Amino acid sequence: MLAVLTDFVDELREAGLPVSLTEVLDATEALRHVPLGDRAALRSALGATLVKSSAHWPAFATAFDVYFSLRPAGLGEGVAEAPGEYGPLPGGAERSAPAMSEAGGGQLAPVDPRRLAALVLEALRSGDRAALAEAARLAVALYAGIEPGRPVGTSYYLYRTMRGLGLDDVLGQLLASPQDTGEHPEAAGGGGDLRSLTAPLGALGDRLLGDEYRARLDELRRLVESEIRRLLAAERGAGALAKSLRRTLVEDVDFMHATREELVAMRRALWPLTRVLAARLARRRRHRRRGPLDFRATIRRSLSTGGVPVNPRFHSPHPAKPEIVVIADVSGSVAAFARFTLHLVYAIASQFSKVRSFVFIDGIDEVTSIFRHSSSIAEAIERVGTEADVCHLDGHSDYGNALRMFHQRWGREVTARTNVLILGDGRNNYHAAEAWVLADLARRARRVYWLNPEPRAYWGSGDSIIGAYAPYCDGVFECRNLRQLESFVDELV
Amino acid sequence: MSTAVDRPVPAGRGGARFGSAAAVAEGLRSVGYLVDDQIATVVHLADQLDKPVLVEGPAGTGKTELAKSAAAALGARLIRLQCYEGLDEAKALYEWNYRKQLLRIQVERAGADGEGPRSGWKELEEDIFSEEFLLARPLLEAIRASEPVVLLVDEVDRIEVETEALLLEVLSDFQVSIPELGTVRATRIPLVFLTSNDTRELSEALKRRCLYLHLDYPTVERERAIVLEKVPGIEEYLAEEIVRVVRTLRSMELEKHPSVSETLDWARTLVLLGVEHVDTETTLATLNVLLKYRSDIEQAAKELAATGGR
Repeated sequence: MLAVLTDFVDELREAGLPVSLTEVLDATEALRHVPLGDRAALRSALGATLVKSSAHWPAFATAFDVYFSLRPAGLGEGVAEAPGEYGPLPGGAERSAPAMSEAGGGQLAPVDPRRLAALVLEALRSGDRAALAEAARLAVALYAGIEPGRPVGTSYYLYRTMRGLGLDDVLGQLLASPQDTGEHPEAAGGGGDLRSLTAPLGALGDRLLGDEYRARLDELRRLVESEIRRLLAAERGAGALAKSLRRTLVEDVDFMHATREELVAMRRALWPLTRVLAARLARRRRHRRRGPLDFRATIRRSLSTGGVPVNPRFHSPHPAKPEIVVIADVSGSVAAFARFTLHLVYAIASQFSKVRSFVFIDGIDEVTSIFRHSSSIAEAIERVGTEADVCHLDGHSDYGNALRMFHQRWGREVTARTNVLILGDGRNNYHAAEAWVLADLARRARRVYWLNPEPRAYWGSGDSIIGAYAPYCDGVFECRNLRQLESFVDELV
Repeated sequence: MSTAVDRPVPAGRGGARFGSAAAVAEGLRSVGYLVDDQIATVVHLADQLDKPVLVEGPAGTGKTELAKSAAAALGARLIRLQCYEGLDEAKALYEWNYRKQLLRIQVERAGADGEGPRSGWKELEEDIFSEEFLLARPLLEAIRASEPVVLLVDEVDRIEVETEALLLEVLSDFQVSIPELGTVRATRIPLVFLTSNDTRELSEALKRRCLYLHLDYPTVERERAIVLEKVPGIEEYLAEEIVRVVRTLRSMELEKHPSVSETLDWARTLVLLGVEHVDTETTLATLNVLLKYRSDIEQAAKELAATGGR
């Protein structure tokens, strides 16, 4: 068990989770207090001791699946499997799927697709977990076609299985043919109940029913995936499989190449960060200069020196309310980053009232009111896309022109209280840089920061003119993932 | 497997207060807190390993309630440290009662005025820096308690990173060092819960010392059980409908999803109103119980109404 645990911890570390030695010791200690046969308890125990952030939980769950899904019966099964593979096989049908017939406990005769489809539908309708798991197992056996030694990932098999099942129209079937229970009397129990529950609710009931079935479909998908993992882990060994499943942690995902799910996860992680960012940018300076004499405090203090005002007290100066101006590039070259940028701007704007936001491509427009009056981020982004007047000529980014326009129209409003945050890659399509604008802004503003989504190595190559602007900024930061954004926020203190 | 609620605690260490994960679940259920397997296992481990539990998750999922219920189940006193920005040693650990100290010095002086030699400075110092003049704040109080206690450090993410250090000694060694007095060790190790709303990353040092428990919104089944438990006189089918509507709301993109406590509020409201079924109109009319932002209410109303057309 200890060996498995060390392997498992190694894998977690490889995947980027910070697991310290004390935590491993805790986990070892914890194992003494949970029944090892109980996978859920084992999982909770290891999770509680080794993983200290909900963002790392998916990575942990994957690794756990791989390392421990086979464990309870794993040792025995491994022995049983070996002769099975080399020994005489009962028939030709078995040969096509040797691994799974063994791992599945031997009772899996190939099912025909029609029967399987009925099974799946029935399982979905009743919502019985055991039935769903059984359906998932059968589906994988039938459709995945796992070939030993073939170097493809689980997502390939998952895709094949799900395509085989053809679940796209299942949801429609489930919703459309509710009373179609004559064929499957045994399914009438669960499905019928649910239907009778939601029926009196009218339209809302339909929605609830739909959500329930969608949740069950997700569950089925999850079960299929873990079944595939289980089979692959048996075939390839846990270490190798875990390696192929390793995914970038959410804080390391590149903004430019994030998938949709990753974007959702990032957005969730972004919120707390923007709060800190806004607070840091808006931090008032208090302890610097001394204000006018505080007469009352001075007298009060003088009492301890017998009425002689040895230590005069001063009012602290009235702290000015700082403002934040965010200028974001939303052109095509940074499209993925721009989407993220808009999220960032939206988050900042919603947490701090003194934020003005601008977007540009080759023209520039203020979008403060759009962000303020949109009820959701999706709406805000859509409105920015349609309402903001950001195209001046050809719709290719022109930093020089955008900055010049900004300077012309709003330059005066940048004061010593303003923090300017510019988000963009500085790729100017060989237009004029007009760096003097930034120089002037920097002179007026309290601070100018630039966040660049490009790797630092590419800066200054091709049409990148970030080098022309950098001297006038208080800081230019590479900002390709949440970790870098976080370190930028940390540096603002 | 029996509930070990009132079992005497072995002297010295904290020891196992609950016997097993099942006992934890049973004990918490007896005081009206329904747990899933994960919560039970983690609390059980915290109990066995004498480690604090860091409970993280969205607001209103019963983090604070978990600590309270654990205290109730154990028949222990709950000591609560509410964190806020600017919390310091004097509010969290201990403070010298300087007024009393001053009085003590004055009495000393008044007594000494009559005769010649006063009592030495040394004795006086030892005297005024004794336990009598110590004001115990929650952390020290929890350490010194002779009866069983549960310590709750609420919303630990609100204090600054630097202040977190205050907690470290208490959480890892269950002791408090007072320079003038020496080290105060726990006579019995309390069960400790820290809650966090996930508004900022806590420091590695703090996390390392804790067991981690992420409390998310409960599953439909568990939430229904909670509603049935907490709202007296509610019909089973109504509870079912309520938790399903709430789940649908949680799947929408809103600023703040309805929490468990808001589900309960809603359930109570519907019972009070004598509602039989949650249809679209009722939901829309009472949506303000579940959602607290105007934009969220509008958004949800729009989506629910849109379903009506389908």
